[in-house]
Amino acid sequence: MKKTQANYTILVITVENKFGVLARVSGLFSRRGVNIKSLAVAPTDKAEFSRITVDLDIELESVSLDQIINQLDKLINVVEIRALDPAESVERELMIVTVEAEASQRDELVDHLDKVGGKVLNIGTESMMLSLVETSSVIDDFESFLSDYGIVELQRTGRVALDSL
Amino acid sequence: MTSENIDGGKALIRALEKEGVEVMFGLPGGAILPVYDPIIDSTIRHILVRHEQGAGHMAQGYAQATGKPGVAMVTSGPAATNIVTPLCDAYLDSTPLVVITGQVPLAAIGTDAFQECDTTGITMGVTKHNFLVKDAQDVPRIVKEAFHIATTGRPGPVLIDLPKDIVDPNNPRSELYWVDNPEMDLPGYKPEKKIDLSGIEKAVELIQSSERPVFYVGGGILKARAAEALRELVEITGIHVVTTLMARGAFPDSHELCLGMPGMHGNYTAVTSMQKADLLVALGARFDDRVTGKVDGFAPDAKIIHVDIDPAEIGKVRKPDVAINGDCRLVIEAMVDLLRQQDAIQMDRSEWKSTISGWQERFPLTYEDSEPGSRLKPQYVLEQLRDLTPADTIVASGVGQHQMWTSQYWNFDYPYTWINSGGLGTMGFSIPAAIGAKVGNPDRMVWAVDGDGCFQMTAQELVTATVENIPIKVALLNNSYLGMVRQWQDMFYDERFSEVFLSDDVPNYKAWAESMGCVGIRVDSPEEVPEAIAKANEIEDRSVVIDFRTAPEEHVYPMVPAGKDNSSIVVPPSQESQER
Repeated sequence: MKKTQANYTILVITVENKFGVLARVSGLFSRRGVNIKSLAVAPTDKAEFSRITVDLDIELESVSLDQIINQLDKLINVVEIRALDPAESVERELMIVTVEAEASQRDELVDHLDKVGGKVLNIGTESMMLSLVETSSVIDDFESFLSDYGIVELQRTGRVALDSL
Repeated sequence: MTSENIDGGKALIRALEKEGVEVMFGLPGGAILPVYDPIIDSTIRHILVRHEQGAGHMAQGYAQATGKPGVAMVTSGPAATNIVTPLCDAYLDSTPLVVITGQVPLAAIGTDAFQECDTTGITMGVTKHNFLVKDAQDVPRIVKEAFHIATTGRPGPVLIDLPKDIVDPNNPRSELYWVDNPEMDLPGYKPEKKIDLSGIEKAVELIQSSERPVFYVGGGILKARAAEALRELVEITGIHVVTTLMARGAFPDSHELCLGMPGMHGNYTAVTSMQKADLLVALGARFDDRVTGKVDGFAPDAKIIHVDIDPAEIGKVRKPDVAINGDCRLVIEAMVDLLRQQDAIQMDRSEWKSTISGWQERFPLTYEDSEPGSRLKPQYVLEQLRDLTPADTIVASGVGQHQMWTSQYWNFDYPYTWINSGGLGTMGFSIPAAIGAKVGNPDRMVWAVDGDGCFQMTAQELVTATVENIPIKVALLNNSYLGMVRQWQDMFYDERFSEVFLSDDVPNYKAWAESMGCVGIRVDSPEEVPEAIAKANEIEDRSVVIDFRTAPEEHVYPMVPAGKDNSSIVVPPSQESQER
């Protein structure tokens, strides 16, 4: 159980892929008064297990981090749990966003989008739909750049992460 | 048993029989009805309670007294919510329970059907695990898993929620192919811990080099069946022991190294020896706030060795110097083995021992005798009860002053003779718990010590005791008040007594007891006490309730006021001038 160096904590939890398991996991956070910033859940390469990535936007004291890991590990449906050290993991997040963009503004917008490696998904008369897969901090920056144009609708997936090779 | 197609209800009862269940406590209703039919033909004794909370506490009393898992079965909706309190109680006190609740048929779930409630949702936070059965074929496996989870690792309550169509033979969904030995599917549950031997070595080293060590023994010793191993460890080290409220009886009170109960109402020596210790060896104890007082000021000079089967307990409250995650009995046996191999010279602890005996001489438990004509002293009643009952009597208590006095004044020399609600503090626990304990130990004497506030919460279960022929005895310490709350108002709210007076004359407990088929006795004066107890002891064919009229102004001493550290322990007025 590593202590994270960044201002956030990523927990990776392998659980049985059964109904009610997500409620047990998220319920434990709420009972302990810990706010979840983002949560990503999907089956793993083994269909009977799901992987939950929990992003807590605080750096927990190592004692409380160990405590919450131990308590989550006590849940019968939790198969494995650990904290990922942000310094030793690769993380990505997906954002899709619809942004107001008149024809005259689009070149600048697309230019910037290319620089961060995003894609144009859809073009309307007064708006564009974009996607970006990047680290959460790059997405944060791009989101604030977009806010000058006017964000119509936005969805971020939250962090997912794997150990560095 | 043969392989065959049967229905979910029969499968449930058959699976319970295969788990060795001899008795279950319950009350039928709509959704669980189909399971009550095969009970008629089952070897399992079913005890019909008068309230579902009673079923849960009886199962707890049975489990705490026998070490076997307690089983309760009730219907859906209000029955399920009524058993939430015992589930939470069992969760906090790590009592192995398997509770079965009926549920509306699968297709009706989520429609606000009659007597529907989200039982698994409600009980998620108060069970070790719960199951909603969605396929009849899963019944035998889930029952096996439920017992495995309830009884292994840190024990606890497990709930199985059974939709009606799964158990109703008239519904095709209930059909399953019976398998004798279903394979459990619990990939995330690994209760066996490999004990870290380097931790044992460090612990033994710390124990050997400590000058003022204390064994801080909790309920985990009883759960681990480790009382004998503990006694060996204590005797080869010569170190004193405190037994928490959950561990009373885990080490004999009459042993010279036993200091009794620590905590908010612990005796002065137990509290102070922990506070002044240079080493606390916590064995299956969880540093509960009622033991530590203000955590920042708790045992400030003590190093901590923390042994617990639950990794989430280690470091939860106090960071240990040595942490050993494992079964208490195995850990203690490993410690004993290592100690036996060593010829290490022990520290000279004669000064510490004489300090301890000095405290014991200056600060024994004490109370003033009652004035002639005034109400009984509860401590006197308990001393008489202790002295006039067999040494292996099982005592079940409610919650409040009477609970603390019982724990203080009883002489617990045997494990599993003290049944109480420690963590949750559930008023009304004693009568159903005593009934459950008696069911598990029909040849032993079982006394419930209760308060008048508690008695009025669950006394109806004495009807169950009468009808099911489970004779228990109840010592009702009746001071006409909610005594512990009264004590706090007396000490901390300027004697402003708010909503704590019950009544001096209603109910008529003697008449109430008699109406429930019990013998009722009322005792007002000290001379009548031994006689009443002797009479109760002789009655074996029915339950007895003795209404002891006790003094409401009596306080439980010593007391560490809430939020204060344990050095602020308040002693009885007669000991105030003693040198600390």
